[in-house]
Amino acid sequence: MATGIIFLQLSCSKAITGRTDNLPPLNPAKIDLDAGNWKTILLTGPTDFPVAAPTAVNSTAYVAELNEIKSLQQNISDDEQAKISYWGAGSVLRWNELMRQLVAKYNLPPYQNADGTYPFPNANNPFAYPLFPFANPPYAARAYAYVSAAQYDALVAAWYYKKLYNRPAPYKTDPTITARLGATDLPSYPSEDAVLAGVTAEMMKLLFPDEIAFIQQKADEEELAKITAGSATRSDIEAGEALGRLVAQKFTTRARADKAGAAAGTQTDWSNFETVAVARGETPWFSLESPRRPPMLPLFGNVTPFLFDPTITATLRPGPPPSTSSDQMKTETAEIADLVKNPTREHTRIVQFWADGVATYTPPGHWNAIAAEDFITKNFSEVRWARDMALLNMSLMDAAIVCWNTKYFYFNPRPTQMNTAIKTLTGIPNFPAYISGHSTFSGAAATILGYIIPERASAYTDMANEASMSRMYGGIHYRSDCGIGLTTGQKVGAYAVARAKTDGAD
Amino acid sequence: MGMLCIAHVSVTAQTDIDAIMMSKNNFCIGGMYSSSHWTDYWEGTLKRTNDNLGNVSMNMAGFMGTYGVSGKLNLLVGLPYVQTKASAGTLHGDKGFQDLSLWVKWMPVETHVGNGLLSVYGIGGFSFPVTNYNPDFLPMSIGMHSKNLSLRAMADYQAGHLFATASGTYVVRSNIKIDRTSYYTTELHLTNEVEMPDQSSFNIRAGYRSGRLIAEAIYNQMYTLGGFDITRNNMPFASNRMNASTLGINLKYTLKAISGLSLIGGGETTLAGRNVGQANSLTGGIFYILDFSHKQKKSVPASNQK
Repeated sequence: MATGIIFLQLSCSKAITGRTDNLPPLNPAKIDLDAGNWKTILLTGPTDFPVAAPTAVNSTAYVAELNEIKSLQQNISDDEQAKISYWGAGSVLRWNELMRQLVAKYNLPPYQNADGTYPFPNANNPFAYPLFPFANPPYAARAYAYVSAAQYDALVAAWYYKKLYNRPAPYKTDPTITARLGATDLPSYPSEDAVLAGVTAEMMKLLFPDEIAFIQQKADEEELAKITAGSATRSDIEAGEALGRLVAQKFTTRARADKAGAAAGTQTDWSNFETVAVARGETPWFSLESPRRPPMLPLFGNVTPFLFDPTITATLRPGPPPSTSSDQMKTETAEIADLVKNPTREHTRIVQFWADGVATYTPPGHWNAIAAEDFITKNFSEVRWARDMALLNMSLMDAAIVCWNTKYFYFNPRPTQMNTAIKTLTGIPNFPAYISGHSTFSGAAATILGYIIPERASAYTDMANEASMSRMYGGIHYRSDCGIGLTTGQKVGAYAVARAKTDGAD
Repeated sequence: MGMLCIAHVSVTAQTDIDAIMMSKNNFCIGGMYSSSHWTDYWEGTLKRTNDNLGNVSMNMAGFMGTYGVSGKLNLLVGLPYVQTKASAGTLHGDKGFQDLSLWVKWMPVETHVGNGLLSVYGIGGFSFPVTNYNPDFLPMSIGMHSKNLSLRAMADYQAGHLFATASGTYVVRSNIKIDRTSYYTTELHLTNEVEMPDQSSFNIRAGYRSGRLIAEAIYNQMYTLGGFDITRNNMPFASNRMNASTLGINLKYTLKAISGLSLIGGGETTLAGRNVGQANSLTGGIFYILDFSHKQKKSVPASNQK
């Protein structure tokens, strides 16, 4: 009898629920109708790309579009209702979750060749193994940033035209149409959801070329869901998607010239790092993988940042780590050896919670998750969601640039190199230690998020500190990497705050 | 057991899956030590090695107890202490008390058929982790951390000193919680709860059985009824689809000199698998039967008689 009850209990409770599975429709506290005046990132202004005036709401053309909605609304399947609810929770939110999913899927280091060398993903042959891209932390930070920035600029333009043309939502013109996601006073032309779908689908051509079909499917799904929900008509959608794609192309053009394409470097570069470190009298980094793997994206520190001029990058780089022959280095190494000898379960928990390593959405993705789940509670408009995610992700990308610039300028070894007895509680990433990526990312993220949601500022700081410490508990970083990483990240975050104070949104 | 991680000690212990019953008021206690190693493993169906792991070992020291409520109803308990290690690379091993197993073994049928004796068993087991070990660091994790309910039907036929035993098992596994708040299987899950597929297995053993000696060959096939394959150059994960077929031998010798004391030894190799290590293992153990019944002590333990 007891066995039967346990059987039922165990087998009936298997289906898992995600934290964002059952969200109510996005219901912004403010519609931010003047967002067309907010400062854009790449666009010179909201009218860089024209959007034609829509047809009048009493025109036969528009009436036909309303009829499309009415026929869809007559018979909404459970499956279609689920899609309406899913996209209704927030378009910037859902696209961000999809980006995190793609990063996790592609975050796998290539397996070695038979001769012990490593193959590299090739953007010109993305379906060949190793698939393009290898979505490691710098790549991911840049992908999140470009998509978020393009989404923001496109929505600023969309809000300009929404206010200009002031076409009301379909259910305001025709009361027989149900507002299945709740009513709003925000004009519907062009559709913000279609703008986001167009931006993201277009960005995939650069960032995740193997996923163009998947993201296009999602774009089509969102657009149909919003028409069925009564939120937009076909012309709202088409104008929005076209605008989104045009804005995205401006960003992909920037991306192709931002020096990320050359970030992997060549054998000459890799050997040169070692030569320079040895000439300084330091023990150089080497790969702890077998077979030894070339360092990860060693020239990413030269990528063009979003928040400041490339000439600023070197000025944000901190001073050198403790010399590998110094007493301080010995002390810091011993501290790590001691931490991993008999790790407590709490330390293991913290390491695992923040590890965000292979096959995950990376540390930038983790901060996106933290931000998104907090933003849900704030009822931001879609354009404000996009503005806040863009600020976060630009700060994370620029943090990656400064961090990688530092790592390869000093090229210092990991603790396990200095003491081979140090075994780690998470995999050792294939790049130098100083400064810690987790610490730099977290310092930047906590700074900008603390500005956006001031009542959570101390919580974000605590999280950043824990994320930073997790790398020491894991045995893969020294104390210097972590503390100085946090302060460096805070300096990057300050640029995002400076922009946030002047972009017109507050 | 040729897995990246051994699920519970009863797989290597023989008494929840063999046709031996304790007599009434007999209590058998014992200790077992098992050492399992693999270098090759299956990444999905692709067999490979990993120079960043080298040879992965899992060593287990277990306590086991069996109590005869009656000659037809036995209760079993087992608890292993597990330690993992990788011979190459930089990953830290793990160690700790793993899962406690409780079994009820019931023999409703024991009847003469032809020249031999046929017995039929219904066996139920429940295992659960006794410490908060981390299941999300495979292959270094010491277990999967799920609560498992096992249901087994078994039949044994012995004619003379030769025997064969066959059993089928279904294991209901509870979901587990991991430390991180999101993970990717074939899609991104925004939760720390992992859906764990159930497992099934069948086991065939045959050989020689007398009052003093058991020598048997064992074939075991385990299936995980769901889950996903390890993707290219990824690390394994608790909800992977883990299958394994193993072949082993097991010897049990009951001492003449000390009544009630027996020694066991055995080995096992993995023939084929999916998302598991191709593990070879060796096991040794010592068991002693305490007779709390009012009967005279027998020269040969009641448990081996058939």
